[in-house]
Amino acid sequence: MPSFKVDVIIENKPEISDPEGDTILNDLILKKRDTPVKKVRSAKMLKFEVEAKNQKLAEKIVMELCNEFRIYNPLVSKVSVESFDA
Amino acid sequence: MKVAVVVFPGSNCDRDMHYVFSDVFKLKTELVWHTDELPKNIDAIVLPGGFSYGDRLRAGVIAAHSPVISEIKKMAEKRMPILGVCNGFQILVEAGLLPGALLKNTSLTFMCKWTEIIVKNNKTPFTNKLKLNQRIPIAIANGEGRYYADKETLKLLKKNNQIVFTYAEEVNGASLDIAGICNKQRNVVGMMPHPERSAESIINPKNSKPASLIFESLLNTLGVA
Repeated sequence: MPSFKVDVIIENKPEISDPEGDTILNDLILKKRDTPVKKVRSAKMLKFEVEAKNQKLAEKIVMELCNEFRIYNPLVSKVSVESFDA
Repeated sequence: MKVAVVVFPGSNCDRDMHYVFSDVFKLKTELVWHTDELPKNIDAIVLPGGFSYGDRLRAGVIAAHSPVISEIKKMAEKRMPILGVCNGFQILVEAGLLPGALLKNTSLTFMCKWTEIIVKNNKTPFTNKLKLNQRIPIAIANGEGRYYADKETLKLLKKNNQIVFTYAEEVNGASLDIAGICNKQRNVVGMMPHPERSAESIINPKNSKPASLIFESLLNTLGVA
């Protein structure tokens, strides 16, 4: 059975304030120099390694786990997955 | 009459909660490990504060999958009084027993200080001895205590009178300054501030009586006041 790496990225929905991202932007990046950076949003990444028949199935397995165990809170967060050959 | 205080790995207010119920308010109280069954003869359940599972992933989310939670859900359906304080509130939310979410404070810091909350619903098992709009000097101590709910949920909370406590001052960016809520049936209450750290004059530099009424309300509910 092949293995796949599945990265799960959890970030607050756009309407939820992100004080960590704001602090990084306002108190670090914007304080030091002129920059084209306009926005920073923080996120959490979980890296899974999964055995599955194919990449699509590996992503499906991880997404089902995310929903079953509330890995992300659907009220405030959105989740995206990216997968690669292990 | 007996209260169960549920202990998770990382709970750190369980002994304080047990002490207040048993020694201050003379109620039989039992600490229950989260993998054990709830005792048969309990009349109320308390989920204390702390850092269950080190707040890994998100405060309260891993404890919300503990074996005891399914039993607590059954007791909630039977209208048993259930109180979650701080991490206990976070666990109740993550378990789906209360709506909304608890996010990092806008300050991004762990806050530990005295504040005041205002009673907005005095018809719960934990507030029935308090007056509406009564102020409670109380300790808060949390890093992820900013209550959040979307507009629709906030509308429902207001409509169903589920907002139990609000902060008298802006402390952490919480929606509508919410410090505590209840479920629609009003038997499940969650609050971020710590009544167990505030209910005795020796540890409350302001006024311990209002916080003590949270415990006396439960005694009243259970018919032992």
